[in-house]
Amino acid sequence: MTAHTKGSGLKWVGRAIRRVEDPALLTGQGRFTADLAAAHWVRFVRSPVAAGKITKIAAPQGAMVITAADLKGVKKITPMLHKFNYKAVGQPILANAVVRFVGEPVAAAVAASEEAAEDIADLVELIIDETTPVTDGRAALVSGAPQVHAEAPGNVIVEGNFKTPDFDAVWKNAAKVVKVDARSRRQNATPMEARAGHASYDASTGRVTLTCGTQMPHLTRTAIADLLGMPEADLRVIAPDVGGGFGQKMALPAEYAVLVWLARKLKSSVAWTEDRRENLIASFHSRDQYVTLEGAFDKNAKLLALRADVVANVGAYSCYPTTCGVEPLMAMAEMPGPYDFRAYECRARGVLTNTCTMAPYRGVSRPVITFTLERLMDKAAAAFAIDPVDIRRRNLIDKFPYTSAMGLVYDEASYRETLEMAVKAIDVPAFRARQKQERAQGRHLGIGFATFSERTGYGSPAFAARGMDIVPGWDTVVLSVDPSGYVEARIGSSPHGQGLRTSLAQIIADEIGVTPDVIKVTHGDTDRSPYGWGTFGSRSLVISGGATLIAARKVRAKLLTIASTMLEAAAGDIVLENGMAKVAGTDRSVPIAKMAREAYTQTHRFKGEIEPGLTETGSYDPPGTFSNACHVAIVVVDVETGHVTVEKFLVAEDAGRIINPMIAEGQVHGGIAQGIGNALLEEIVYDENGGILTANLADYMPPTAREMPPIELHHMETPSTTSITQAKGLGEGGSIGAPAAVINAINDALTPFGVQIDEMPATPQRIRAALRAAEKAA
Amino acid sequence: MSAKTELTLTINGRDHAIAVEPRRTLADAIREDCGQTGTHIGCEHGICGACTVIVDGEPVRSCLMFAVQAAGKKIRTVEGLANGDTLHPMQQAFMDNHGLQCGFCTPGFLMLAVGVLEREPDISDDDLLDVLSSNLCRCTGYQNIIKAVRAAAKEMRGK
Repeated sequence: MTAHTKGSGLKWVGRAIRRVEDPALLTGQGRFTADLAAAHWVRFVRSPVAAGKITKIAAPQGAMVITAADLKGVKKITPMLHKFNYKAVGQPILANAVVRFVGEPVAAAVAASEEAAEDIADLVELIIDETTPVTDGRAALVSGAPQVHAEAPGNVIVEGNFKTPDFDAVWKNAAKVVKVDARSRRQNATPMEARAGHASYDASTGRVTLTCGTQMPHLTRTAIADLLGMPEADLRVIAPDVGGGFGQKMALPAEYAVLVWLARKLKSSVAWTEDRRENLIASFHSRDQYVTLEGAFDKNAKLLALRADVVANVGAYSCYPTTCGVEPLMAMAEMPGPYDFRAYECRARGVLTNTCTMAPYRGVSRPVITFTLERLMDKAAAAFAIDPVDIRRRNLIDKFPYTSAMGLVYDEASYRETLEMAVKAIDVPAFRARQKQERAQGRHLGIGFATFSERTGYGSPAFAARGMDIVPGWDTVVLSVDPSGYVEARIGSSPHGQGLRTSLAQIIADEIGVTPDVIKVTHGDTDRSPYGWGTFGSRSLVISGGATLIAARKVRAKLLTIASTMLEAAAGDIVLENGMAKVAGTDRSVPIAKMAREAYTQTHRFKGEIEPGLTETGSYDPPGTFSNACHVAIVVVDVETGHVTVEKFLVAEDAGRIINPMIAEGQVHGGIAQGIGNALLEEIVYDENGGILTANLADYMPPTAREMPPIELHHMETPSTTSITQAKGLGEGGSIGAPAAVINAINDALTPFGVQIDEMPATPQRIRAALRAAEKAA
Repeated sequence: MSAKTELTLTINGRDHAIAVEPRRTLADAIREDCGQTGTHIGCEHGICGACTVIVDGEPVRSCLMFAVQAAGKKIRTVEGLANGDTLHPMQQAFMDNHGLQCGFCTPGFLMLAVGVLEREPDISDDDLLDVLSSNLCRCTGYQNIIKAVRAAAKEMRGK
């Protein structure tokens, strides 16, 4: 029951080998946090109101209920940005005197079973003096709006402003200005495994092991040690099998800090498994933005200047470690997208409201800004009476390296090539003919395009530019061939479904001449992995992959030195393949396993010329690169019901060198599904009092197999020169391009009705409302 | 809190004598009282299907059934699918077609698909799509799950 990884001859990189992760997961042997037994269970008592002052918390007789009053000396979660007028606001790990959103943890009920903890939590008497909440981003900006935090007057917690010097002059000379008022409603990343934590105290060492659903085990350790004022050496964080994250498990949950505090207090084990309702109301949200975008074009429909105003509703607190600046500031930095223009103005604000805290979610701001920019392009095409493909041809960047109006350097991309690939593959003329024919019969088909770039694999300079107090970026890999002859790579990344153990094994196999089945990639345990930043932002294959290659090259060099001594040949004459070091053109060889054993046990034979052992470390901190793609959606809109069916989805993408095509395609598929959910189905809805109306999976609706169209993928491989493996990340691209393509297709289908849908999700209600309004106006 | 009821759950042919409160769901009993943690819980309200197991030949949401209701019935979970070291054709097809990423929803999809195909081996592609839309997956976009189940269906029919 092993992965099919045996074989020889071909290089391993580039092959669709089966994943080493699969056998355990397929047989029920995966180990997720909630699988662990605990002596104590926690149920969090959460605020039922959006804003107010706590006047009473009373526990039932004899029950253990922890509140902020018990947590003396525990610091607040206070992430920091040193730029963009950021206001530091702190979140107590249990609400202290004030509540700021429905679902905020107020108290922790502790009992011997999950059920008993729930029973206690139900009996906790919680009295809150309600105050008026504000839940909408624009409403929070209105003068006199309720203040969410005293530290951020006017509710603006972060504000970026940018303007190129020539902006006004260029704007004045425009032939046409096109505008889009876009609205992206709030989403929840909704990993199938909600959050879970298990903290266990070891009386012999005083250490606590926190096993939890996280994408960033090391930073979870650093953060909780900081909050509780304990040495990091006393805390071990394990990310076991993690059931998806998509960014939601990147931000630090207050709940995990409470668990560690409790394990130390009780000197025992304490667990919490989030239920789906908690996940939907109180785990992290995202994508809640208003974006107003104006484009100034010359008479040939060439974009000259872009002006953007971004209002991101970031919720009640700021997420750790990125801060809530991540959405508005990414919108400002990456709004220019794949288009060539030199004048740019942007104002991007993060606004506090009495809603669940925002955190990164697959693509972060880019699904929203791509949707907005691609709507602008389609509206401009209509204004100039040209085809949507044509306006993109006139404006896409085609000379590299290219420095954007914002100052980002695009090393290499294939925007035009992927657009042309997509246009050819989808056969636009044939579609237009079919569309006309079907329209005549009352069936409304539409086609939508999205061209975009996906910034991936960026190192510390990119994060430092945002002024982050905690600057992630690099990663480290420790690669050993141990005395058994087996290979272990211990990595700082923390994959949770991406198949990174398989992809990295492919990179190592090629470099040191062994097969992937003798390679074990270890991650997600701060006691065993080198300090690292975890898995997020389409970074792991680029950065951990790069660090792996660096470490593997060092191991290779050492193997060649050892082999040259053992085989009495020049290092340059030795080849490493199929687990052997061979002298080229002879029959002299030695197994790599034997060399490894001697590197530890026969060091005297190397006369002090070779250092003992066979372990090397690689760290990598790249400048970053950009993947790119063109997405095309074909939809059918039922104008009677407002229902949209996505009939087909096509992708032409370029993510540099592909390490494992099977895994790469899976990433694109998954992203597109989330993007289609974003465009059509998924919305967290707050009522006027700040209560959540979408607290189960019947109301908050991720797509099912029924909603998914067949996806056709086309690949280009433009090797990246800024990534030493030549690979670019592609984990987020699917979710970045899909919403724009789908919404553009809906608008294309509805052209005869003269309606514009600039809001997502484009639910049947919204489409019908737009159609009704258009009928009324006509 | 209420008194516990004694019952026997038969999981993958093995009897587990347990005592649970009447409110204990089958999903919790399988995982916590019987220690079979391959069955996962994704929503506890019958939408996501991660907890799907086969009870007397039918795929069911084990979060919507009480443990006491399953006493005396034959329960199959993901741990019972493989035959020793040989994967069930459905498991093999998921591996060959990359039908899983994080693997959390996978046991539910496997049991759903196996349960339906054992009952209805000649199910049409379109009906199969309806069946598969009973469960949620957040990683794969379903493309490769659909491919895997169709491949396994073919393999299972051939036997």
